[in-house]
Amino acid sequence: MFDRLSFPQPWLSLILFITWQILSDGVSGGSVVLGLILAWIIPQITHGFWPERPAFVKTWRMPGYILRVLKDIVVASFSVAWLILSPRTPRPAFISYPLTLDHPLAISILASTISLTPGTVSADVSDDNQTLLIHALDAGSDQEVIDAIYNSYEKPLMEMFK
Amino acid sequence: MITTALYLTIAMVTLAALLNVYRLVIGPDEPDRVLAIDTLYINAIALIILLGITLSTRMYLESALLIAVMGFVSTVAMAKYLKRGSVIE
Amino acid sequence: MSPFAEYAISALLLFGGVFTLIGAIGLARLPDFYTRLHGPTKATTVGVGAIMLSSVIYFTAIGEGIGISEVLITVFLFMTAPVSANMLAKAAMHIGVKTMEGTEGKPWEQ
Repeated sequence: MFDRLSFPQPWLSLILFITWQILSDGVSGGSVVLGLILAWIIPQITHGFWPERPAFVKTWRMPGYILRVLKDIVVASFSVAWLILSPRTPRPAFISYPLTLDHPLAISILASTISLTPGTVSADVSDDNQTLLIHALDAGSDQEVIDAIYNSYEKPLMEMFK
Repeated sequence: MITTALYLTIAMVTLAALLNVYRLVIGPDEPDRVLAIDTLYINAIALIILLGITLSTRMYLESALLIAVMGFVSTVAMAKYLKRGSVIE
Repeated sequence: MSPFAEYAISALLLFGGVFTLIGAIGLARLPDFYTRLHGPTKATTVGVGAIMLSSVIYFTAIGEGIGISEVLITVFLFMTAPVSANMLAKAAMHIGVKTMEGTEGKPWEQ
């Protein structure tokens, strides 16, 4: 009975609680109570969708990673804007990216990062979680794109998810 | 100065919305149309925020939040429909 | 309102408007679906993010308190844009949308 009163996903519960406080415009008694109820009940309901506990070890590295990605997003939008406005046709390419990460959460973070950063959109993950299909808007060579992604995003993520 | 910038921005976002409608009409494939709708709702959020600044009220933010949530869910539902032929299996 | 805030708000508004427009131009003029996917996911998201940021600065400057709802919307948009792009790309590959001439590599068969 009492294990039903636990928080199986502490991070998810915390994020839900904070989001509810923001949504209800200021902390009050009612919003704290309702926030606690939501933070408890939503992880319970969605329990089946979380196959395993998140393997976050080095959470303090996350803010640095997010800042870096934000910077890259702004740079990325400038380069995409230049490609859209220039009259020459782009040279798009589909690239298979070999993954070294194996945690599903890490892969989805990497795929989202790739979609938001310079000239690349992640299109699909193979069923065995080994390869990521990337569409590049203007690719020089496949290897260049793969190296750039590996060095700037996959390495930091690997350090976070050891 | 803010007023001028505001009107210029509203004009640009409206033009962007019209371009999205153009893509929505000519297609040519279903994913193109879904992508156009997806971009259109993001532009609608921008217009609502701009309206809020013009009238200096923060009342419209709630509706922008609702459009963001509903728009994402509908895009995912339509993408799933295109891929599987049904939304809820 | 301080002149610095005014400059910042105007610059961010124009930046956001230009990028939203560029995203839409990309959607309208690029040659195939997969290249069109790039405009909305990056340029439009950044444009709307800049407009949100100008709204935050504006309401802080006129003294209505710091707006957290805008930040929530922005974070939500930044989280959902890559997911919807990914879903649409999967759907397009499943349907077999044609790629433009000169595309290197092939989408996966599914």
